[in-house]
Amino acid sequence: MTSTETATAIVPHFGTDDAPGRKLAIICSKGNLDMAYPGLILANAALGEGVETHLFFTFWGLDMITRATMGDLKFTMLGNTATHMPQGLGGLPGMTAMATSRLKKAIAELDVPDVPEFLEQIVASGGHLWACRLSADMNHLTLADLDEDVEGIISASDFIEKTDGAQLLFI
Amino acid sequence: MPVTTLADHTIHVDDAGFLTDPSEWDDGLALVLAEQVGLTLTDEHRAVLTFLREDFRQRGETPTLRRASAGSGVPVKELFRLFPQKPAKKMAYVAGLPKPVGCV
Repeated sequence: MTSTETATAIVPHFGTDDAPGRKLAIICSKGNLDMAYPGLILANAALGEGVETHLFFTFWGLDMITRATMGDLKFTMLGNTATHMPQGLGGLPGMTAMATSRLKKAIAELDVPDVPEFLEQIVASGGHLWACRLSADMNHLTLADLDEDVEGIISASDFIEKTDGAQLLFI
Repeated sequence: MPVTTLADHTIHVDDAGFLTDPSEWDDGLALVLAEQVGLTLTDEHRAVLTFLREDFRQRGETPTLRRASAGSGVPVKELFRLFPQKPAKKMAYVAGLPKPVGCV
């Protein structure tokens, strides 16, 4: 092992003193189980790095924060060529249920939480959850139908206003 | 591998400053490391550090924030209070362990 003596102490720079107030806005527009995770993982990672993070759930993404559906998102092989299985197989009865349970198992084995628990962790880490007004109206949903951690049902323009200066991800 | 000296403790670190040899760590060094990142250690911090070191000893991997919370019984929100801004990295640093590599 080669050693080099250094005059000044080597200490990690966590950037807390000069944090420029980095912000991240993530728009979750999908309600499939596999498409719920990218937004959750990135939000969690950003919060762990001290980045102010806002998630906006719109269209099918609303399923991720709707009490009735958030624990029951599904994964389907249909239309997803990345499973590298014949597409016809995906249409057989029970295939979506099987694919879903396999994906859930694989996720749990990696010690990654399910969607409701993941949202809980994101909120505990300081993340903000917002529901899309238009999507909620379309589905006749009110705040009472949504996860208790959702801060509000807001319009797209309100979300854009709240995330002024943020970096943005659309998923 | 750089060697650095912090308050009379001479330690081996990686380029970022994380300890590369966990055996160089002790309770006294923890105080010094904590000070470097602006923390004053309390028993609450110590309890988390103890879990981190024990988990690392058993698995050879620095626990992620989620694992640290589940294993130490300290809620995620509290971990953010104890180790503000970047809890997973800060607690690993103060515990004398490598940066965590897990995603969640």
